[in-house]
Amino acid sequence: MKVFISRDMASVALGADEVARAFADAGCDVVRTGSRGLFSIEPLVELETDEGRIGFGPVGPQDVAAVLDGTHINRLGKVEDLPFFASQQRFTFARCGVIDPLSLSDYAAHRGWEGLETARRQTPQQVVDAVKVSGLRGRGGAGFPTGIKWQTVLDAPAGDKYIVCNADEGDSGTFADRMLMEGDPFCLIEGMAIAAHAVGAGHGYIYIRSEYPFCIATMRAAIEASAHIVSPFTLEVREGAGAYVCGEETALLDSIEGKRGQVRAKPPLPALQGLFGQPTVINNVLSLAAVPFILAEGPEAYAAVGFGRSRGTMPVQLAGNVQHGGLYEIGFGITLGELVNAIGGGTASGRPVRAVQVGGPLGAYFPPSMFDLPFDYEAFAQAGGLIGHAGITVFDDSVDMAHMARFAMEFCAAESCGKCTPCRIGSTRGVEIMDRIIGARDAAPVTVSEAGSGYLGKALYSRAPDRIDVSIDAQATLLRDLADTMKYGSLCALGGFTPYPVLSALDYFPEDFGANAPVKEAAE
Amino acid sequence: MEDFVTEWTARHGATRDRLLPLLHAMQEEAGYIDDALVPVIARALNLSRADVHGVVTFYHDFRRTAPGRHVVKLCRAESCQARGGAAIEEAAARRLGVAMGATRADGQVALEPVYCLGLCAIGPNALVDGRPVARIDAAALDRIAVEVAA
Repeated sequence: MKVFISRDMASVALGADEVARAFADAGCDVVRTGSRGLFSIEPLVELETDEGRIGFGPVGPQDVAAVLDGTHINRLGKVEDLPFFASQQRFTFARCGVIDPLSLSDYAAHRGWEGLETARRQTPQQVVDAVKVSGLRGRGGAGFPTGIKWQTVLDAPAGDKYIVCNADEGDSGTFADRMLMEGDPFCLIEGMAIAAHAVGAGHGYIYIRSEYPFCIATMRAAIEASAHIVSPFTLEVREGAGAYVCGEETALLDSIEGKRGQVRAKPPLPALQGLFGQPTVINNVLSLAAVPFILAEGPEAYAAVGFGRSRGTMPVQLAGNVQHGGLYEIGFGITLGELVNAIGGGTASGRPVRAVQVGGPLGAYFPPSMFDLPFDYEAFAQAGGLIGHAGITVFDDSVDMAHMARFAMEFCAAESCGKCTPCRIGSTRGVEIMDRIIGARDAAPVTVSEAGSGYLGKALYSRAPDRIDVSIDAQATLLRDLADTMKYGSLCALGGFTPYPVLSALDYFPEDFGANAPVKEAAE
Repeated sequence: MEDFVTEWTARHGATRDRLLPLLHAMQEEAGYIDDALVPVIARALNLSRADVHGVVTFYHDFRRTAPGRHVVKLCRAESCQARGGAAIEEAAARRLGVAMGATRADGQVALEPVYCLGLCAIGPNALVDGRPVARIDAAALDRIAVEVAA
């Protein structure tokens, strides 16, 4: 009996290894796949039958007999027929969870390498044109048109050019890069090989964060297995070292070069002077992994799906306090509310949804009143937020938004590379302001005592210097001023976008900041 | 460890971009990067000591002192917080007898913060000696405490 069980890090964290061992002990032929992407049914076991692959999940090691005779209570039927999967448009993740990630024959049998073969029949300019026509935009968050970036590198005269894959997926609430690299690593390799052909690069790097040990192992094995196919293009994995800021493209390049991961001033653009000073394509995992589909199926097929200037599909990640968390790939334009409530099924705790953070630690917090927002780069920017890497973190009504705003500042302080002042100093001042706001909010309303009043009293008894007005209103004004400085004065998105979660929390959830009514007039 | 550096650079190269891979390999070998080895690394890669010190101290992963015999990396990021991560962090510190970010006095266990393991729909999550653990609750903490007592 052939059974399919995921080896994805999330499945393993839920006990998939023990389940796989139990099935192997029962004499089954166990194929370890990537994850299908719905974690409420993991560990998932799929049984090969005459009617196709029948899923059971979640199951434990004790359930082997009941699964094998088909009587297990968590029998799901065909996994792809479940509503969570049937409504998706899986362009990039078509193979993830289906094939053995490291089997070249599985990959080829599922239309692998077709994109690369098509690309090799074309001139570099034709390949770049195809990517332009597809409308593909950078999936790392910035949304810059991928084809234009490639054109810049193609046009740059240089002996050495590089392809760099940004797999430093540090945003909380995102795991699509991880799932793809663990579940379909050849897809990323194929995308990078196509990019190399398009711009004339000889060597590529995949920079993977050290928090993803499964990815690093899978990608290294996949690179070795497919070396003869992508040759003469060569690839290597570089392991990060726990610095969030290395997800910023120029900090990532410095990190590969063996330096502190500090952000570079732009220009020069990495496309002209990137890794080791050479023209470099640096793209997110999902951007590069979308390319094989575009070449194999044609750019029009990709561009046919989408919304406004956001073309194609986005692998959305439903995370946090959500009932059906996982990876949901769909064309742009679906609303936030559909994703959170219809697909995600609301909170896991069963309490009302109070806030969702879209786009990781630098993304805005939105209240349910904004759930009609369509998933689209421009619509989110207009609403004062960002799609980022399309992670959606759901919070129930027990969340304290002032604490989340403080955490955003604390995270920025911990992860700042230190190069620019607004981010390095501003984040620490931001934590202090939030501490004062939370302190003032939580303090019982007190009348100023005799000892604390007057110039001498303040100097002697106040913990804050007497020139600081520690009232909530004054601190909120100061917070907005600081956010303004960080937003416009920071060198990169870490300091520049930290105001998004902070100000959106303040704007949409003022009651958590000790206010009675929204304090919106000071907003820009 | 000096021989280790010599052998490693002979096998993998001694250009500047080898610095992070070398530091990872050294930490894998010895558990941490001793300050005394900074001049050795600098000489091997033809860098200044300040350069190497700057890189070692920049990245959160690199330790400059010996770690606990067991390391529990507990996620502190938003998605785990949305699933009760802050309470689990407090409970973990109490149950393991060590503050977040510290190594217990007897050297048995270290509790370290990590910002996201990419298991964001099944938190709170941790890496226990490199093994991923999801949906951590009081019972899971008990199991982890028993595991790291060994």
